[in-house]
Amino acid sequence: MFRIFQYSLKDLIRSRWIFYYGVFYLLFTTGLFILSNDLSKSIISLMNITLVLVPLIATIFGSMYFYQSREFVELLLAQPLPRQRIFGGLFLGVSLSLGICYLLGVGIPFVFYGIAGSGEIWNFLTLLFNGVILSLIFSGLAIWIGLANENKLKGFGIAIVVWLFFAVIYDGIQLLLLVAFSEYPIEKFSIGASILNPISLSRIQILLKLDISALMGFTGAVFKKFFGTNTGIIISTLSLIFWTIIPFMGIIFTSRKKDF
Amino acid sequence: MIEIQGLQKSFGKNQVLNGLDLKFSEPGLTAILGPNASGKTTLLKSILGMVIPEKGDIYVKGKRIRDHYDYREDIAFLPQIARFPENLNASELLKMVQVLRKGDSDAEPLIKKFKLEPSLSKKLKYLSGGTKQKVSITSAMMFDCPILILDEPTAGLDPVSLMEFKALIDEEKKKGKIILLTTHILTLVHQLADRIIFILEGKVFFNGTPEELLKKYNTDDFEAAIASLTQQEVLTHV
Repeated sequence: MFRIFQYSLKDLIRSRWIFYYGVFYLLFTTGLFILSNDLSKSIISLMNITLVLVPLIATIFGSMYFYQSREFVELLLAQPLPRQRIFGGLFLGVSLSLGICYLLGVGIPFVFYGIAGSGEIWNFLTLLFNGVILSLIFSGLAIWIGLANENKLKGFGIAIVVWLFFAVIYDGIQLLLLVAFSEYPIEKFSIGASILNPISLSRIQILLKLDISALMGFTGAVFKKFFGTNTGIIISTLSLIFWTIIPFMGIIFTSRKKDF
Repeated sequence: MIEIQGLQKSFGKNQVLNGLDLKFSEPGLTAILGPNASGKTTLLKSILGMVIPEKGDIYVKGKRIRDHYDYREDIAFLPQIARFPENLNASELLKMVQVLRKGDSDAEPLIKKFKLEPSLSKKLKYLSGGTKQKVSITSAMMFDCPILILDEPTAGLDPVSLMEFKALIDEEKKKGKIILLTTHILTLVHQLADRIIFILEGKVFFNGTPEELLKKYNTDDFEAAIASLTQQEVLTHV
């Protein structure tokens, strides 16, 4: 698995698009510093971008890379290698190259700005952790969807709808349910619903860490009230890690039964 | 060395392989022929474990291949279209296959034969279709595998490379390998094949030597015999 990961990473790091993606974060983060000149505010702005853009780009990129590397996959399948190693390696290659781009693009300006000596270091690391883990989850979901759908257009479409669902629609449904059942004790439902959406989990975790109650919303507040800040952060971290396992297992399971 | 028993596979409503029984135990080249969508590639891919059959079994060297992968150490596969990771160069690709397969390999003679030296350091996406095919041939044939599976291997090759390729296959035949080849180029079949299998609608329609085929249709012309086979198939299925 490591070898395939190595080659797929090497292939991707040299691709222009992944380079532009890293440069985009670099310019955006530097721009934020120039405009706001404030570490804490920059982290909040980056959080908003991270929560929407990282899953979207990971979805698009994961889907495109999977369909583009189909013939390469056939070459690998003809080698004496088990399927889980091939697809595990490809998944790690795509998700980690996106993660590394994010890490470098956002990280370098912060390091130059002197994040290391400031009090914001843990908030910054939380942001980086979430950027990387969202890259993993959504590129994994996209590859899984790609494996399950032979038709490129259909696979790509489903992947985008999944992103849209988690990034936008899910919140809307959750909010509607909270309003509709506001007379009932819905805290547990609300916590459960947030754990089922990796983007909500990321948002809650960053906001808990930053301790901005104004931006936290109902679920964040419930999370904080229910678990306290530290337990809340631990639970959201564990749930996010668990979320990376879901697409990974899905990829392994679907690849075992697929014809190429 | 390869035994196929009652192989069945369908894609949706389309029954591609329909109870196929075959045995490849003698060294030599077997040409697998048949019209488009007759199940040739599906058969080859089933042997490689890329397509998972619904019914039936495949044995390589006496071992059932289902859920196994190490038997592929003995098989070199040349796919129809050669496409690789775009941003790697040819020598990196060859090295990658060598690392992944682990067995002894020697790419040098093939690189020389196909004059690939100038292309080795170029990114694969900048290579022409024919050069990519040569890289693909090198990546498959640099290992000394007892079984070769070639799925329309000559696509995009120029006449000189085609001759080189034929000579290469001839050498491999002399080493006593089992070679399975699908192609639509009948001269290639005529020159190389020791045995011909004609597949139609997922079943074996003809299985014998080129001489037997000529005898069956009472002709000296190989292409005419194949044409008769195809025509008979049309007549039987109208």
